[in-house]
Amino acid sequence: MSTPRSLLTAARTIGREECEALAKRALSFATADETRITINSGGRGNTRFAVNQISTGGDNYDATVAVRSTFGKRSAVVNTNKLDDASLKAAVQLAERLAKLSPEDPEAMPELGPQTYVEGKGWSESTASLDPSSRANAARAITEPARAAGLISTGYLETQAGATAIANSKGLFAYNKQTALSLTTTVRTEDGTGSGWAGATSHDFSRLDPVALGERAIDKAKRSVNPVAIEPGRYTTILEPTAVGNLIQFITNAMNARNADEGRSFFSKAGGGNKIGMKVVDERITISSDPLDPEAYANTFANDGQPVSKTTWIENGVVKNLPYDRYWAQKQGKSPLPTTGTVRMSGGTASLEELIASTERGVLVTRFWYLRPVDPRTILYTGLTRDGTFLIERGKITRAIKNFRFNESPIFMLNNLDALGRPVRVSASEAGGPGLAIVVPPIKVRDFNFTSLSDAV
Amino acid sequence: MLALDAARSAGAQYADVRISRNRVQSISTRERRVQGLSDNETFGFGVRTLVGGAWGFAASSDLTRDEVPRIARQAAAQAKANRAALVKPVALAPAPVTKDGTWRSPVKTDPFDIAIEEKVALLLAANEAALKVQGSRFVNSAMFFLREEKTYANSEGTFTVQTIYRASPTMTVTAVSSDFSDFQSRQSTDIAPMGRGYEHVLDAKLVENAPRWAEEAVQKLSAKPIEVGRYDLVLHPTHLGLTIHESIAHPTELDRVYGYEANYAGTSFVSPPEQKLGKFRYGPEIMNIQGDRMQDGSLGAVGWDDEGVQPETFLIIKNGIVNDYQTTREQANWLDWWYKQQGKPTRSHGCSYAQSWADVQFQRMPNVSLLPGEQNLKWDDLIAATDRGIAIVGDGSFSIDQQRYNAQFGGQLFYEIKGGKITGMLKDVAYQMRTPDFWNAMDMIGGKDSYWLWGAFGDAKGQPSQANAVSHGCPPTRHRGINVINTGRKA
Repeated sequence: MSTPRSLLTAARTIGREECEALAKRALSFATADETRITINSGGRGNTRFAVNQISTGGDNYDATVAVRSTFGKRSAVVNTNKLDDASLKAAVQLAERLAKLSPEDPEAMPELGPQTYVEGKGWSESTASLDPSSRANAARAITEPARAAGLISTGYLETQAGATAIANSKGLFAYNKQTALSLTTTVRTEDGTGSGWAGATSHDFSRLDPVALGERAIDKAKRSVNPVAIEPGRYTTILEPTAVGNLIQFITNAMNARNADEGRSFFSKAGGGNKIGMKVVDERITISSDPLDPEAYANTFANDGQPVSKTTWIENGVVKNLPYDRYWAQKQGKSPLPTTGTVRMSGGTASLEELIASTERGVLVTRFWYLRPVDPRTILYTGLTRDGTFLIERGKITRAIKNFRFNESPIFMLNNLDALGRPVRVSASEAGGPGLAIVVPPIKVRDFNFTSLSDAV
Repeated sequence: MLALDAARSAGAQYADVRISRNRVQSISTRERRVQGLSDNETFGFGVRTLVGGAWGFAASSDLTRDEVPRIARQAAAQAKANRAALVKPVALAPAPVTKDGTWRSPVKTDPFDIAIEEKVALLLAANEAALKVQGSRFVNSAMFFLREEKTYANSEGTFTVQTIYRASPTMTVTAVSSDFSDFQSRQSTDIAPMGRGYEHVLDAKLVENAPRWAEEAVQKLSAKPIEVGRYDLVLHPTHLGLTIHESIAHPTELDRVYGYEANYAGTSFVSPPEQKLGKFRYGPEIMNIQGDRMQDGSLGAVGWDDEGVQPETFLIIKNGIVNDYQTTREQANWLDWWYKQQGKPTRSHGCSYAQSWADVQFQRMPNVSLLPGEQNLKWDDLIAATDRGIAIVGDGSFSIDQQRYNAQFGGQLFYEIKGGKITGMLKDVAYQMRTPDFWNAMDMIGGKDSYWLWGAFGDAKGQPSQANAVSHGCPPTRHRGINVINTGRKA
C-alpha cells in the first residue's frame, strides 16, 4: 500500500503491482472452476458547510476484495475488507461454499480471458492531494462573500481517489485509477424568500473555480427573492445544463435490451422486440458515452472485465444501440455491449443568454429536485424546480417565480425541442456527489408540463 | 481507548469512536433462477473529535495499533482545519454516562444461521407460485439481511456494545399485455423490512402471498384509468407509512429546520421553532405523532444512539399541534428555551446515526409514527363510511419539495369506493397535496387493532448521502377532498 504523503492526504490507493500480487494470493486459495477477484481501494474526503461555517467533514480509507467463485453454472460472491491471508482465504472458502449451495444458473456465462484495455485518464493529482485545510479554503471562498452579502451559504465539497482492479483465473487483469470531485452550494436569503444554487464536478480540482461558483449562487439567491405564483401549465421552458443533466440520465438508465425485448420498457416495440433503429426524439439529439471523453473521463472496463469504448446510444434522434449483457447478447445473436459511466448529449453553439433572449415568454429552471419515476412505460418522472426559477418575458428574465412540480418525460421533452446551447460538464446528482459524468447543453423546449405550484423556497 | 487518548492528546475537548462489523447477505432471483448471491462483511472504525467547538471525523478499515492513533490525530487535525470558518462553536447537551451497556435486536433466529439452500428454495417456490397465475410474466424476489456489531465509546466514559439486525424479503410481479402495449407491476409492499431475524421471512408467507400479488398485477392491466378530480382518500397503513415519512418525519428534523441540510435534503416549513412549537396546527385533534426507537421489531430500535444516548419516546405532534423536534446532543441545546418552558430537561432524543464506520454520525429520524385513534375503527369501517373516494394500498411513486410542502404520491393498488363499497380497480392514480392541508383534511383514523409498522431501508439525507433504516407505524386514515391526477400518457 502506498504510504500517505502527509497526515491529511486522502489519496491512498493500492497500486497496480500490489493489486496483481494481492489477486494472485487470493487466487492461490481458490479451488473453484473459475474465480474472479475485484479489488477496490481508495479514500474519500468531504467538507460540509452550513450557515456560513463548516459543519462537519470526514476522511476515510477502505480497501475491499470481492471474490466470485463459480463451479459449473453455480456461483456466489463474497466481499471482505480484511486483506490478510487468513481473511482472504476465509472469503474464498465462503464464496466456494455458497457457490456449491447455489442452484445452477441457466444463464451463467464463463469468465472472460485476457482482454486489451486502453489506459484510463481520469486521475488528477490536484484532486488526490486536496486535504481538509484546502477543502476548508474552498468552502471559505463561498461562505465569506455570502456572509459579507448578508446571505446564508450551505454547501458540500467531496473528493474521491480510488483504484479498481479485476483479475480472474483465466488470466484477465484490468486496473484503473480515478479521481472525482464535486462542489455545490445553496445560498439563501436571511428572510428565507430567496434561494440560489450553483455546482460543478470534474475529475480535476484545478478545473473548478469556487469563487465564481459562489458568486453564481449568491447572484441567483438575490434575484430569486419574493417569488410570485404563476398558473401551472405547459410552458416554453429553458433548462439550464444541470436541469438537463438531471433528466437526461433517466433515458440512459432506461436503456436495456433485455427489458425492452421482454416488453417492459419504453424501448419495447409495440408487437414485440425493441426500438433500435426507430426515431424516438428530435433529430438534433445524439447521446453517447466515451470513457476517454476529456470532459468526462470514466473507467475503461466494466464490472465483469469487458473493455468499454465510445458508444453512441441515440444518433440524430434514432436509437442506435441498447446495452446487452453477455447472456442476452448470446441468446439474441448480438454483440455484448456494456454500459458506461458517462453521458454526453449533443448541443449547439448558443449561450444560455442567447436562449433567453430568443424567448417571448417562458420559464427558466436552474435545477430539479426529488425526481422519481411515475410511469416506466413512457419514462415519465415527477419532481420539482428548485433554487432559482424565473419568468422570461420578451427576451429577459423579469421576475422570480414560485417553484413548480412537473410530470414530464425526457422523451417528450426532447420531442418538443426548440433550441440547444453549448454542452458543459454538470453536477447532476441530486445528492451533490460526483455522480455520473454528464456533459449536456442548456435547452429550450415547448410545452413542458408543470402540474402544480409549491410554496417551498 | 487508544483512539480516545490520541484524540485528547491532539487537543480534542470531546471524542468518540465507533468500531463496527457489518455483515450483509443478499439473495436475488428472477423467475426460475438465482441472479445474485452475495455475502459481504465490512469492518472498520471511525473517530469523531470536537476541537475548539468544531467537528472532525476520520475513519479507516485498518484496525491496527499504528493506524488507530493516526486516524484519531487526523480527525483532530481536520477539526482544527474546520475551525477556520467557525462562527458558532458546537456545545453538547449533557447525557448520562453508560459505563458498560449491551443491547441486541429482539430476534428469534439469526438469519446467518439459516442455510442458503433453504432461502433459495423459498424464493424459487414463491416465484413458481406467482408464475402459475395466468398473465404474470416476470417475477423478481429477494432477501436481504444485515447484522451490525457495533462498539461505541466516548471521552465521557460511555461504552456500549450492540448487535443490530435487519431483514427484508421482497417480491415484484410484472404482467405484460398480450400485444405488448402495457405492463404493470405489483410490489410486495405489504411486507415491510423490519428489525427482526429470519422469523420475519417465514411470517411473510411469500409462497402463500405470491399468487395474490401476481393476480393483482394482472388485474392492473385492465383497471379503469382514473378521472382527475378531488376525492376522499382512504389510505392503508402499507401506503400511509411513506406519506408520514416524507411529510412529517423529514420536516421535523431539527437540522433541516436550522438550515444545515439546505444544499441537498432541504430546509423545512416547520420553522422557525419559536413560531411553531405549541402553536402550529399540523392536523386535527385526533393527530398524535410519536418519535421513538423502542417499538418491537422496528428498524429504528436501538439501546443507544451513535453518540451513546439512550433514546426516549417523545410526542412530535400532540393533538394536532407541533410539540417537539428530532434532536442530537448538539441540537437539543437549540431548543433549551422550549424545554424550560415545558418543565423538561434539555436532552437529546437519541437521534444520532451513521450508516457505517466510514461515515460521520448526524441527526437522523427515529421511528416516527401516527398513533391510533381512540375508537377502534378498522379499514373496512373507513371504506363503509365513504360515499365517493379512492382506497389506496401499498406505497408507490413519491416526490416532495425541499421544504416538504408539495408532495405527490402513487401507490400499488387503487380501488374505487362508491356508496361505502369497493366497486372496482383503478390505475394511473397519484395524489398531489400541500402537507398541512392534507393532514388537516384527515377526519377518520383507525384504532389500535389496525395499527401496522411500515418500514424504509433507503431514507437518504446528508452529504455524502447516508442511508438510514426506519419504521413508521400507523392505522388507516381518511382524508377529504384530495386532488388526484392521472399519470398515464401515451409514448
